[in-house]
Amino acid sequence: MNDVWQANWSMMAPEWIVLAAAVVLLLVDLAMPKERSRRPLAWGAAAGAVLALIATAVMIPAEPVSILHDTFRLDGFAKAFKLILLAGGALALLLVAEWAPKEGSRYRGEFAYMMLFALLGAMMTASSGDLLTLFVSIELLTVSSYILAGLRKTATSSNEAALKYVINGGIATAIMLFGMSYVFGLTGTTKLGDIARQLQETNEPYMLGLAFLLLLIGVSFKLATVPFHMWAPDVYEGAPVPATAFFSVVSKTAGFVLLLRLFVTIFAAAPAEGRDPSSLLLSMQPVITVLAGLTMIIGNVVALRQRSLKRLLAYSSIAHAGYLLAGFAAMSWAMIDSLWIYLLAYVFMNIGAFAIVAHIVNETGSDDLDGLAGLYRHRPLLAAALGLFLLSLAGIPGTAGFIAKLYLFIGLVVTEPGHYVLAAVMAVTTVISYVYYFNLLVQLFFRPASLAPLRRLPAGLSTAVVVCALGTLAIGWAPGLAYDVLAQFGHFGDFFP
Amino acid sequence: MSFLSLLVFSPLLGIMLLAFVRRTDAKMIQWLGTAATVPPLLLALFAFIQAGRGFRLEQLDEAHDWVRLADLPFFTDAAYVIRYELGIDGLSLLFIVLTAVLGTLAAVASLLVKVEKKGYFMWLLALEIGMLGVFAAANFIWFFLFLEVTLVAMFLLVGKWGGFERERAAYSYLLYNGLGSALLLVVIAVLVARTGTANFALLRDMLHNPIAEGQLIAPLTSEARHWLLGGLLLAFAFKLPAVPLHRWLIRVHVEAPPPVVMLHAGVLLKIAAYGMIRFGIGLFPDEFRAFAGAIAVLGVINILYGALLALRQRELKHVLAYSSVSHMGVVLVGLGALNEAGIQGAVFQSVAHGLIAALSFLLVGVLANRVGTTDIRRLGGLAKAMPLFSGYLLTAALALLGLPGLAGFVGEFTAFLGLFETKPALAAAGALGLIFAAVYSLRAILDITFGRARERYESPFNLRGPQESAASLSEPRGTAIDLQAKEAVPAFVLVALIVVVGVYPQLLAGPLAAVIETMMNGLGG
Repeated sequence: MNDVWQANWSMMAPEWIVLAAAVVLLLVDLAMPKERSRRPLAWGAAAGAVLALIATAVMIPAEPVSILHDTFRLDGFAKAFKLILLAGGALALLLVAEWAPKEGSRYRGEFAYMMLFALLGAMMTASSGDLLTLFVSIELLTVSSYILAGLRKTATSSNEAALKYVINGGIATAIMLFGMSYVFGLTGTTKLGDIARQLQETNEPYMLGLAFLLLLIGVSFKLATVPFHMWAPDVYEGAPVPATAFFSVVSKTAGFVLLLRLFVTIFAAAPAEGRDPSSLLLSMQPVITVLAGLTMIIGNVVALRQRSLKRLLAYSSIAHAGYLLAGFAAMSWAMIDSLWIYLLAYVFMNIGAFAIVAHIVNETGSDDLDGLAGLYRHRPLLAAALGLFLLSLAGIPGTAGFIAKLYLFIGLVVTEPGHYVLAAVMAVTTVISYVYYFNLLVQLFFRPASLAPLRRLPAGLSTAVVVCALGTLAIGWAPGLAYDVLAQFGHFGDFFP
Repeated sequence: MSFLSLLVFSPLLGIMLLAFVRRTDAKMIQWLGTAATVPPLLLALFAFIQAGRGFRLEQLDEAHDWVRLADLPFFTDAAYVIRYELGIDGLSLLFIVLTAVLGTLAAVASLLVKVEKKGYFMWLLALEIGMLGVFAAANFIWFFLFLEVTLVAMFLLVGKWGGFERERAAYSYLLYNGLGSALLLVVIAVLVARTGTANFALLRDMLHNPIAEGQLIAPLTSEARHWLLGGLLLAFAFKLPAVPLHRWLIRVHVEAPPPVVMLHAGVLLKIAAYGMIRFGIGLFPDEFRAFAGAIAVLGVINILYGALLALRQRELKHVLAYSSVSHMGVVLVGLGALNEAGIQGAVFQSVAHGLIAALSFLLVGVLANRVGTTDIRRLGGLAKAMPLFSGYLLTAALALLGLPGLAGFVGEFTAFLGLFETKPALAAAGALGLIFAAVYSLRAILDITFGRARERYESPFNLRGPQESAASLSEPRGTAIDLQAKEAVPAFVLVALIVVVGVYPQLLAGPLAAVIETMMNGLGG
């Protein structure tokens, strides 16, 4: 019991801030008169996330610590990914502030603090050093996400999305827990560091391989990678736009955090049989490579046929998960670095795109591609911003997306032997993605305006768009900024517990 | 800001100023858009003249730290540092001057574009920045960066301001060139990953110098080098385009607005030739030998295929498009010869075809604008109504067929001279294409200018040419007026350049000499 009091709780400052903000907002929401607008709550939540972001940034130079018997670790990895999670969360909360569905935005209060709880789960995942905290925190994220998906309580599509999400997510959770139970059974401990050390001595490659596959299935649900991506388009389409933006950025980042924490710590040291007996993770590399390739191909090809903006962005996000998974499959020295850069770029370009889509959905009530037609005529700046985000998503130079993709490419070919096939698949699918991203550009700039001019962008959305555009351009033109932050973490040398 | 950065990014000022001009103020937009292309032109000419007077271009090199991809203290200090690096030599300078000249002329010719002029000029200037940057880049990443700027700018220019099938043309441009770029990116990534640098000079050093090779982060086997060069050549074959990959070129030539085609045929196609010379021969000279035969064969196929199809076309834009395919084959022939004359010929041909294609499309633009059609069957006897125009058109045709004393001849002659030295049989087959060129160009042009007048141009409103451009649609088509001063001046400048290059090829050969010498050294004599 003594430990609890002597633990260095200040290391959890960002988490405390988010938790406190969520609880305070919850109480305020309860106390507020019914007819008052809940918009300030969302602003408050965004402010909380920004505050936590600052707290995290302040802690960057601190030495790695772990408290509570290694269950909570604050190493370079945790700090780096918390920066992305908090930036993504704060930007998504700006979208919540301006959320205005047809049936009225009665539940905006819930929206704000549920998103904070989800964010808290994601942050805890980044810091977990133990299977139990890892599981509990990722579940905090997913359960909150189910609620976020269903917040338009009177809209059938939203209900359907939530239900699909719960069922799929529940199955994934069960499978992942099953996999974890094997790991626990083989080692008798839940601490990641102890597991890694124990597994170096055990020789149970088949049992461990089974655990690996079960965990991989569970995680790939969370990442929405092939073959467990089916739920994503429906959920993305049905959920409110800010929630979709949150899922595509924060949940995806959390998924990759989980992937790295679990697989790299546990399986990198475990012995294996077969092709590469040095490590189970390396021997499973072909499986991950195939999944990454399939995810890139299916995500990009199916996106070609989408008419709904949200579905299109859903498939695009599946495709981006594929690129990221390819970066993971490379297992080069640049792996964590390149994933971090990519996810950071992805936060800016994807939330930027969603912010503008949110405005269009709010205004026109539909999310068909035609809604973009002729946007350039009425709102040239807005169209230019969306154009920028789309070019970045397509990986065109001068934007963050290019720098991120270039680094993934380098990671793929720097190993010996290089993953040339995967690099080629990434190159070709990128060109396929040009078709649908440029198709949106065609809508924006070429088509005659079909609808009444949109109203001005409300404050929250315009803040999000401006921040995202600046971020996208800054990483694109001065990537040194992002790499200098990354350099602070020294290639995550303190990653292994 | 240093000289080269200023040269490359000076059109940016025009873009920024244009943003503040009202959309309806067409005159101001045209004036500003054209004026914005003048600074790079002046700077490029200045550099060209200075280089001619013995100024060493290496002094213009500039480099700033841009991004440190990884901190790997166990390797050399410079590993994985990508700098912002610009630097030119004689080869790049030629192309930069070509770009700057055609950029200004295309801006003048953009009078014909009537819709959304503001956006058009902004993207035209962006295109110019991209093209200048490609030739000024001294490092692979920045080369690629500028290359993709041209990709996006061209997509929008073709897709928004082109003819009836403009979007299809834009997409096929995007897909073919995108595939080429993607392939190029993979090659670049491999090179950067294995060597830790993207700088051309350093790369060349690391790949050739046995001592420097020890510094490679991962060694490149000879098999890997072959694959890299193969990928590189294939990537540029998409962009050249070499024959099975040429469909997009025809669509773009036909659908894009004529001033854009001037730049596209004049400069963008040459980026591929430039890339093959700079990276193919420059970085992998030994491996290039293995590919030379295939490249020469491909070149001959391009020449013959393009020429034969050009013979069958009934549409002036199609004739010119296929003639572009044919003429880019000459570039390949020169490269395939892989000797001094061949490489020189490839560069000459690139510049010459740039000028000639620009002249042709300038005139085609005028024709489409005045008469509303470029269908040869519907045209004839224009010489009476438009004598000046017909004169220029005939000059273009003569240049196209390679009349001695005009630019086209120098390129073709030197390139084939090179190939006759190494592969005479192949060269003989390819030379047939030059005869076809005479047939198709003269037949098409003479039909238009001196042939029987088939329609009355006094009331051309009933003409429904299949290939009218959006630009010409909005133009009230009255009578077939002859070239006006604002069109005659760019045409005259181009003709003058074509004659000067044709009569005095030393103008091009001078700055090239040192570059080609280095390359021949790389090739082992």
